[in-house]
Amino acid sequence: MANRTPLYDAHLSAGAKMVDFHGWDMPLNYGSQIEEHHAVRGDCGMFDVSHMTVVDVAGPQATEYLRYLLANDVAKLSIPGKAQYSSMLNTQGGVIDDLIVYFFSSSDYRLVVNSATRDRDMQWLNEVASQFNVTVTERPELAMIALQGPQAEAQLAGVLGAQNFAALAGMKPFMSAQVGELFIATTGYTGERGYEIIVPANAVVGLWQQLLAAGVAPCGLGARDTLRLEAGMNLYGQDMDESISPLQANMGWSVAFEPADRDFIGRKALEAQQASGHSVLVGLVMESKGVLRHGQRVLVNGGEGLITSGTFSPTLGFSVAMARVPAGSDTHAEVEIRGKMVKVSVVKPSFVRNGKSVL
Amino acid sequence: MSNIPKELKYASTHEWLRNEGGGIYTVGITEHAQDLLGDMVFVELPEIGANVAAGDDVAVAESVKAASDIYAPIAGEIVAINDELEDAPETVNNDPYGDGWMFKIKADDASEVDALLDAAGYQAVIEED
Repeated sequence: MANRTPLYDAHLSAGAKMVDFHGWDMPLNYGSQIEEHHAVRGDCGMFDVSHMTVVDVAGPQATEYLRYLLANDVAKLSIPGKAQYSSMLNTQGGVIDDLIVYFFSSSDYRLVVNSATRDRDMQWLNEVASQFNVTVTERPELAMIALQGPQAEAQLAGVLGAQNFAALAGMKPFMSAQVGELFIATTGYTGERGYEIIVPANAVVGLWQQLLAAGVAPCGLGARDTLRLEAGMNLYGQDMDESISPLQANMGWSVAFEPADRDFIGRKALEAQQASGHSVLVGLVMESKGVLRHGQRVLVNGGEGLITSGTFSPTLGFSVAMARVPAGSDTHAEVEIRGKMVKVSVVKPSFVRNGKSVL
Repeated sequence: MSNIPKELKYASTHEWLRNEGGGIYTVGITEHAQDLLGDMVFVELPEIGANVAAGDDVAVAESVKAASDIYAPIAGEIVAINDELEDAPETVNNDPYGDGWMFKIKADDASEVDALLDAAGYQAVIEED
């Protein structure tokens, strides 16, 4: 039987259409994924992301361990609670997973990794940890809600009460704070302001119901996918995997090559790739009718690539996509859609931020 | 449970037909089909005046999830299309048997309609899926 989050019954009673997501029964939508999408862009929505894997890393060599394990450099983090987007790579530079790391002290960190890659991640985390004085602890007793949208702050303040919310007021993006039993971070996967709230499994239903009663729209995986794609955020397994390096997945900004003497797994392979050249992830925009979709062929500058993620953008009213193509691409490309070649423009892979087009 | 009106005829490819009299039939997709496809984002309709054979792909329903061909359930001439779907494709989701209709076809041979499924027959088809 598929895994269920503690919110499974709450999803059913909210009318969710449930689907299998890498071994988890998760809500696809609660009626209309486009309405859920607009709720997050214009108001506030919430997602059950309890299937994601929370891992605590502690010990005297926690910093050394993570500086070797991760492509980004945790030594850049100095403010307790600060979050960083990162990835762990195999020795060939391929992405084992992308993740967020939270810094509490040089001996205390938290990672949030994908659920689809859980087994591989845990095996890799433990394997590398065996060379360090560090403990790696999965926290399956924790659940998680992502509360996203321009009204997320007001809604959370309402539910927590002024006194509890004081610790969060004015918190910058990519920060976190512990508020009672809630671990609250200003992170997300939508391109909107909002929070990811890690909460003990036995308290998550109560929090969900309070947010629901306050008028927050429950949102499913369908809206989550269109929101993250508009925001130009990668989906593991689709936009990158173990055969793709971060440089080929528009994640180069999250790889810290400085300081040059920091060795991290995959570094040599990435440096070799920088020297020899590599494909890149770009954005595609098609303002004519039709929808760009995963797997469609892209012709550009005489070279050929593939759409990794494509969708109809509910915010823009036309289709956008991410595609991996040879480097040095032109501003135009052609995509093969149902047997026809269609002209599209090539842009940076970011389409919507804070409710507005960034094209 | 999907709504399958008794008075309509159905194709196993999830289109419905309503007899409008005078050999003219309105065609749309079933509630079950729109539910499988999810939110509709574009509907591409046939040309008025086109002569089509039964089983021809004559329209495309493109949803957030997939592009799906819509087939002519019977042979005939396309005599009307639902232009409203151009600006409001979600009507197919909200009212699949009503305002979400797609096109009207004038049957070459009305007896072809008899060979289509009735509500019970279509119910059996979707239970097999």
